[in-house]
Amino acid sequence: MTAKVIKQETTGMNGDEAIAFAVKQCDVDVVAAYPITPQTIIVEKFSEYVANGEVQTEFVCTESEHSAMTASLAASATGARVFTASASAGLALMHEMLFVTSGSRTPVVMAVANRALSSPLNIHGDQSDSMAERDSGWIQMYVENAQEAYDTTIQAFKIAEELDVSLPALVGLDGFTISHTLENVNTLSDDAVKAFVGERKYPMVTTHEGKQVPFKLDPANPMTMGPNVAPAFYFEFKRQQEEAMRNALIKIREINAEYAKISGRSYGNGLIDAHKLDDAEVAIVVVGSTAGTLKVIVDELRSEGVKAGLLRIRTFRPFPAEEIKNALKNVKVVAVMDKSMAPGAQTGTVFSEVRNALFDLKQRPLTTSIIFGLGGRDTAPRDLRKIYEDLMKAARVGQVDSLVRYLGLKE
Amino acid sequence: MSSKDKTWKELGIAAVCYRPSVGFMTGDWKTYMPIRDLEKCTTCLTCVMLCPEDAIRFRPEHGKIEFDLGFCKGCGICANECPTKAITMKLPEDEE
Amino acid sequence: MTTQEWKFTAKDMAIKPDLFTSGHRACAGCAPAAVLRLVMKATRGPTIVTQATGCMEIVGSIYPYTSWNLPWLHTAFENAAANAAGIDAAIKIMQKKGKMSKEHIDIIALAGDGGTLDIGLQALSGAVERGHDFLFVLYDNEGYMNTGIQRSSSTPLGASTTTSPAGSVIPGKLETKKPITEIMLAHGMEYVATATPYYWKDLLTKVRKGLEVEGPAFLHVFAPCPRGWRSEPSKSMEYSKLAVESCIFPIWEAVNGIRQLSTPSKILQLAPQKKKPVKAYLEGQGRFRHLFLPKNSHVIDQIQSLTDARWAKLLKQCETATN
Repeated sequence: MTAKVIKQETTGMNGDEAIAFAVKQCDVDVVAAYPITPQTIIVEKFSEYVANGEVQTEFVCTESEHSAMTASLAASATGARVFTASASAGLALMHEMLFVTSGSRTPVVMAVANRALSSPLNIHGDQSDSMAERDSGWIQMYVENAQEAYDTTIQAFKIAEELDVSLPALVGLDGFTISHTLENVNTLSDDAVKAFVGERKYPMVTTHEGKQVPFKLDPANPMTMGPNVAPAFYFEFKRQQEEAMRNALIKIREINAEYAKISGRSYGNGLIDAHKLDDAEVAIVVVGSTAGTLKVIVDELRSEGVKAGLLRIRTFRPFPAEEIKNALKNVKVVAVMDKSMAPGAQTGTVFSEVRNALFDLKQRPLTTSIIFGLGGRDTAPRDLRKIYEDLMKAARVGQVDSLVRYLGLKE
Repeated sequence: MSSKDKTWKELGIAAVCYRPSVGFMTGDWKTYMPIRDLEKCTTCLTCVMLCPEDAIRFRPEHGKIEFDLGFCKGCGICANECPTKAITMKLPEDEE
Repeated sequence: MTTQEWKFTAKDMAIKPDLFTSGHRACAGCAPAAVLRLVMKATRGPTIVTQATGCMEIVGSIYPYTSWNLPWLHTAFENAAANAAGIDAAIKIMQKKGKMSKEHIDIIALAGDGGTLDIGLQALSGAVERGHDFLFVLYDNEGYMNTGIQRSSSTPLGASTTTSPAGSVIPGKLETKKPITEIMLAHGMEYVATATPYYWKDLLTKVRKGLEVEGPAFLHVFAPCPRGWRSEPSKSMEYSKLAVESCIFPIWEAVNGIRQLSTPSKILQLAPQKKKPVKAYLEGQGRFRHLFLPKNSHVIDQIQSLTDARWAKLLKQCETATN
């Protein structure tokens, strides 16, 4: 594989800059966005590219995130490749339009620099914002570092625009931890990215004129997009969206492998990224940047003879339930870490879905839910190590201490 | 098979409409129907322009207006606005 | 903007195929439906239409049927102008990059008064400030008719709606209509105008002028709703005439902020004796029925004096313009 890998440049970039750089290389036609911490660097950086003539992109500085998502949808419906970025309250303000964008099958790509939601007001990192949008019909991929933010943004356009997918895609990066932290990022050449992503394709639809035409607003082929759909038809379109998500499960794997051929980098199978899980007795499941620290701890524990493993969920929507089930089937105790809270649900969102995926196993691992890092609360390596120690204890006694734990909470 | 029976696999994506509404007749909504008096009609075409339904057509080849009762909802705007009172609204049974 | 005047003759327009077609499900006597027909008759070439949620959006796009014979997009209620912004941005860049034919495409955003004066105002203001090239057409039926006749900020003083009902204590809506055209003029728009479907040639001309503008243009069209106004379906055009004749809804246009009365209103300036009392407009509309009770007569007086004051102010604004 390494033989075909393209020569790359290494640059110091934070996660936001890495995403802006990826967008610059993807021949994006329209960027419509509104500033919000910790995403703002993306649109600032991109504005510089526009101001310096480094990109051929129409940049629309909208007056709100609601309009940013609307303009993104409308531009995509007109045939453009579109990118936007948001976080926290901004994403929440887009909520309505997220559903309209996925229902309209417009492949907009959005970076979300994950940040806590008000109230109380907090600008720091957690994943409450995009976890709250889990049912909005968007593909959701979460990255571990700035390098992956760059790589995943490029892949996201290709995934979203696949004809049998045609769904918007969200790239989640932990606010500040990834968005603002300088790392070495290897970047491909402009040409390599352009060739990899390719031109935007359009699914074919039948219009009221009886014509089979590409799905976009075009005066040559009038079509009605976004009509009023009665109970006799609505359900069918929702089922189509689920099928598109099923197709995305396949495409994300394929595109992850295809990207590895030119870049030398892959992220597990694209859906999940397992670390030393094959013979693990205990494992942590996590989404996002915390996986980086956890890998170091797993390696430490392994050197001490502890059979610890890690499963990072890279693709949360579509949820890779089958892959997760297979990856965890031989583990004795699993902790699922949620960097968001679902008040009233008792456990974390990711936990619920992972446990659901494990239900069909004949021999199910013990599971425990860990809520952590809310509002940017720091999680120290020793806290993470302690989780593994507790899991080992649970494995010995055959029982977990509690269903849910709040890691790092002052109590 | 009626369109209502199309399965999720058969329908196109994103609910792009596949039928023109000129295939959906609204004429049976009406109570009153317009009756024209061609002797009074000056073909000023006010009725054609103000009809919300495009249910009054001007036929230049005959120089006459025609009602499309398949779409006319019987609102009576044409009769109300006709400057020469060439249109009256009547119950269909009164016409028979 | 060119100063060309278009001659929309009845014979030409009557045979021009409709782009908003028959088979839509608007109520009998719906003036907004007539407005949509007329607006589309004034298009000049390739056009994309986007529409806010509302009666007129629903009636023309009941899946699998569509009344739209041009590319049409609906996404939500509060964002017709943001749709237009996205379409405009996409066309601009894709034409520049050669991804789309270079032929000019007009963009029309349609919204009712709720989608313009209330929930849609932010997106509209933003899109106008950014200077997107589109014509925004407000069809104003003075309330939330699609949801069952609730008051909007465009509902006039005294009107009874389901959320401003005429009760034993409160005589309908207590607030006056939001001056949307003044708000749009304050944005420094090149073209802002008001029209009613009764004066259809005037309406078509204004649509065309708005399309000619290279940038945002705003057209406020008065559109009686027989269901919401509790009026006779046959009288929808008559009310759109009476509104002008009583100076409830004067028609004018402002080119680069220079305001001029359009002929039907200009006539009233020249011959003030032809100006009708507001009573002539109010009576017959069920939404104002309660105002004709003796205890509410002061509201009619109030509407009259507000109308007179607004008219006097408008005449001054037009005078300043011509002098």
